[in-house]
Amino acid sequence: MTFACHVDDVPLGEGRVVTLGGHRIAVFRAAGGWYALDAACPHMGGPLADGIVCDRAVICPLHDRRYDLSTGQPLGAGDPVLAHGVQVRGDGVFVEVAALVRVAA
Amino acid sequence: MPSIAAPPPGCTRPFTRRPFITWKHPQHREEIPTRDDRRMSDSVVIVGGGIAGQAVCEALRDRDPDIEITIVCGETSPPYDRVRLSEILVSGEDPQTLQLRPGEWYADNDVELLLGRWVLAADPVAGRLTLDGGDELAFDALVLATGSQPLMPPIAGIDLPGVHPFRGPEDCEAIRSAAVGGAKHAAVIGGGLLGLEAARGIAAQGCAVTVIHLLDRLMERQLDAGAAALLAPALAGLDIAIQFERNTQWIIGPEHATGLRFQGGDELAADLVVVSVGIRPELKLAREMGVECERGIVVDDAMRTSIPGVWAVGECAQHRGLVYGLVAPIHDQARVAATTLTGDDAAYLGSVPSAKLKVAGIDLVCAGDFAGEYEAVVTDAAAGIYRKLATRHGRVVGTILLGNTRGSEALVAAVRSGEPIDDPLQALADASLAGPADLPDTAQICDCNGVCKGALVAAVTVGGCSTPREVMAVTRAGTGCGSCRPAVIEIVGVATGGLSDEPTYLCPCRKQTREQLAGRIRDDGFQSVSDVAAACGTGRQCGVCKPALAYLVSEVNANRHHEERDARFINDRVHANIQKDGTFSVVPRMYGGVCTPDELRRIADVADKYEVPLVKVTGGQRLDLLGVRKQDLPEIWRDLGMPSGHAYAKAVRTVKTCVGTDFCRFGLGDAIGLGIEMEKLWEGLHTPHKVKSGVSGCPRNCAEATVKDIGCVAVEGGWQVRAGGAAGGNVREADILATVDTRAEALRVATTFLQYYRENADYKERTYDFIPRVGLEHVKEIVLGEQSGAALRERLRIAKAAVKDPWLERDDPYHPRQFSDLDTPDIDPPGPGGEPALVGPPAGGER
Ligand code: SRM
Ligand SMILES: Cc1cc2nc3c(=O)[nH]c(=O)nc-3n(C[C@H](O)[C@H](O)[C@H](O)COP(=O)(O)OP(=O)(O)OC[C@H]3O[C@@H](n4cnc5c(N)ncnc54)[C@H](O)[C@@H]3O)c2cc1C
Ligand code: SF4
Ligand code: FES
Repeated sequence: MTFACHVDDVPLGEGRVVTLGGHRIAVFRAAGGWYALDAACPHMGGPLADGIVCDRAVICPLHDRRYDLSTGQPLGAGDPVLAHGVQVRGDGVFVEVAALVRVAA
Repeated sequence: MPSIAAPPPGCTRPFTRRPFITWKHPQHREEIPTRDDRRMSDSVVIVGGGIAGQAVCEALRDRDPDIEITIVCGETSPPYDRVRLSEILVSGEDPQTLQLRPGEWYADNDVELLLGRWVLAADPVAGRLTLDGGDELAFDALVLATGSQPLMPPIAGIDLPGVHPFRGPEDCEAIRSAAVGGAKHAAVIGGGLLGLEAARGIAAQGCAVTVIHLLDRLMERQLDAGAAALLAPALAGLDIAIQFERNTQWIIGPEHATGLRFQGGDELAADLVVVSVGIRPELKLAREMGVECERGIVVDDAMRTSIPGVWAVGECAQHRGLVYGLVAPIHDQARVAATTLTGDDAAYLGSVPSAKLKVAGIDLVCAGDFAGEYEAVVTDAAAGIYRKLATRHGRVVGTILLGNTRGSEALVAAVRSGEPIDDPLQALADASLAGPADLPDTAQICDCNGVCKGALVAAVTVGGCSTPREVMAVTRAGTGCGSCRPAVIEIVGVATGGLSDEPTYLCPCRKQTREQLAGRIRDDGFQSVSDVAAACGTGRQCGVCKPALAYLVSEVNANRHHEERDARFINDRVHANIQKDGTFSVVPRMYGGVCTPDELRRIADVADKYEVPLVKVTGGQRLDLLGVRKQDLPEIWRDLGMPSGHAYAKAVRTVKTCVGTDFCRFGLGDAIGLGIEMEKLWEGLHTPHKVKSGVSGCPRNCAEATVKDIGCVAVEGGWQVRAGGAAGGNVREADILATVDTRAEALRVATTFLQYYRENADYKERTYDFIPRVGLEHVKEIVLGEQSGAALRERLRIAKAAVKDPWLERDDPYHPRQFSDLDTPDIDPPGPGGEPALVGPPAGGER
């Protein structure tokens, strides 16, 4: 679990990019929870953090591919994007970078 | 033979992916083996490369991949769509765009094309013909498609400079350049279809024009007195004057046409004269060969002439005593000729003539014989509407639809098939409610290319086309005179399950339309997207509709809503256009494309200071700074000190202007002045889709105002206000909303339309789709209506009053991190917090 940001660093319903251990990760503050995905869209590297967020998905701003926020699975066409675990402690938002876990293992 | 989608019975033209394979009429299927083994001719020469020559060529190639085909054509341009010359006369487009097939098509389909060569003589017995210059050509079969010549009455002065027929591209060019290049007054001799279209083309160039007609009513061949009486005022509304019962005795010279002299001694000054009194079938070659000719080349039902081995098709042919001056019959004749020529049986039984007047601003469709033994007429003189159905022996024989052509496809189809009918009045009423969607599959939609509804539907259901443009490309419907395009679009829409039959949903997940949601927002006073989401469940599942909701909420609340940026596309969160690499572009506003040296200096300085990778002049008459980093945006805006150009938003974009009266020697109106006034009045207003405008100081239209969402063009004595133009993914000439006397009125009409569009268009529906959907007449009614118009302008004023320049958010961002990510060092981890509370992702990710 790595500290990513404070709760109010991310406007409600939006995402922001943070670099953790060399990984660019998009942290989302959706209506009902926090999510984290790799920042770059697998399609052409679009900035997912700039996408429109809804209850369970984010829409890439470049070509409208949609990804499930919790699993990173594409809703429709395309490859999945890596999803990371998120925890909120107090006003701190912590991310468990999946890739890091794998490296460690 | 590749597989093709069989269209429904009765359909005259197939849907096919490969345009040169046609489906054969079911009734003929037995007689017509798919692979033709009874062919008599190995080589065919087609004389004439007009629509007829091309149609025969394509029909032949459809039936037989091997037969040698040569087209010899006196005209130097490859086969083109003569019908659309009327359009070109208005728009000034390059006649090149009229080509029926791209150059490579002829090679691909191994068709020999001899352009600019005339056939002087032909000997069918020896199977040889002689070209100008003496070369010879061998043939087994000869098809005469020599068309016709414009009729030039033998009156004095007919050959003076300044006098033109209206038949070919060269005439079109000559007429247009005269009208544009300072002709003072034009006269069109002949008030038929063609004459009126010529007059419209001239008037559109801002040149005064008078139509001279021999009889006491226009288009006497297609219209009865009642309809004609309503047509005249409609034309007057388009600045086309008309003089009836005028018999032109001679054209006054001496060096150049200066006027017309009529029987009785009256005269009319005219330095541009267009003669459009009829056509004369081109029979020289046929006569020379000894082929039987009367008014045209006499052909039988097989399209054979009096000499074996010689066929005739098109405007040069006379079938059962009739010579057609129309395209629709040509395609039927060509199919029959190709069939009989390749040794099968087929019969052409004649066509029911039908016509559409291709004059923007006037809807007129007529078919068959308007004089029946019983005639049902519905007319509203004030509205310029006249709808008539003529019957004989209980069958439909003719129709005239003026001012309101709703249901024309159905009625024309009824005329064609001589449909039995007991209550014509009821039929008229039903038709006015029916859209193309209600038509039988056999109803012909595109007359130019003989495409029926079934073929369009097949293109979607079998051929897998998904857009009107694809369907048009495949079936060629709508590629002729274009007057059927709206019908094609509606039919394809229904076939693809998109348009008309099922409403377009703003929120596809919850199947709610813009109207429904706007209603809820109004009634329940919702202030924000989340209000709507909570109440209606929209915007939660897929999120696609969030920007649409954001616009709707802001529009209904006249910009006094509660803004939630998460509902906006990234462009509208940071007020810049996102680029492929995640950077942004910055386009400051330059009202009417005018800017000061100081503004230019500041733009240059910004470009240096922030190392902007590219500075570019946009297509919208302003400057674009591309490749800017998100976090630099606020500083750049501050340094620029210019307002946002909204180049990133669904909002009022640019108002392009030309120099107009300020400097231009042709200027009739203050284009820059009006343009800047418009842009300032509309600036910052968001719209269902982007709105781009233009203002030209004269009909030369340097600001391209006629292909803008909203455009104004200065004309002699006033302004023409247009809307619904496009010159992007597709090109559409803007409809004329009104021609007004003053600049103030022009601004008022344009502004009223803008608000009407803001309130009524679907999200992401450009004006060029909006107007055809709701109908120009309806739009005019509301926009030009006294009360309705005033109400619209008042609502626009209120909405505008709440507009703020978004770039001012540089000083009060809606969130400290509106423009920045989290990598900035000012974040340090909190001290040891309480128990970790797992917030997301929640189990199953659903709630
Ligand atoms: C900057 C500019 C090109 C240029 O360098 O000149 C431009 C750039 C873009 N145009 Fe355009 N259009 C630009 C003038 C035009 C024009 C000409 C005009 O406005 O006079 C047209 C034809 C008129 C029209 O709008 O139809 C035009 C027709 C389009 C279209 C097709 C619209 C249509 O319905 O056919 C799109 C795509 C869309 O809107 O869905 C588009 C979309 C775009 C976008 C915004 C694509 C996008 O969503 O990112 C491009 C942004 C590039 C970038 O990275 O910033 N742009 N675009 C022009 C900006 C004008 C301005 O000052 O605001
Ligand atoms: C401005 C305008 C608008 C129109 N609008 C409509 C409309 O809206 N709807 C409609 O149905 N119809 C319309 N028409 C009529 C329609 O265009 C014609 O009916 C059609 O184009 C006739 O085609 P065609 O091939 O028979 O004759 P043409 O187009 O005249 O082709 C004949 C060709 O044969 C060539 N030729 C002649 N003799 C020889 C020879 N000896 N050797 C070599 N070549 C020769 C000629 O050079 C010419 O190229 C319009 C016509 C005009 C001019
Ligand atoms: S449109 Fe404007 S610039 Fe072009 S010619 Fe007319 S007045 Fe001059
Ligand atoms: S880059 Fe994300 S959809 Fe294309």
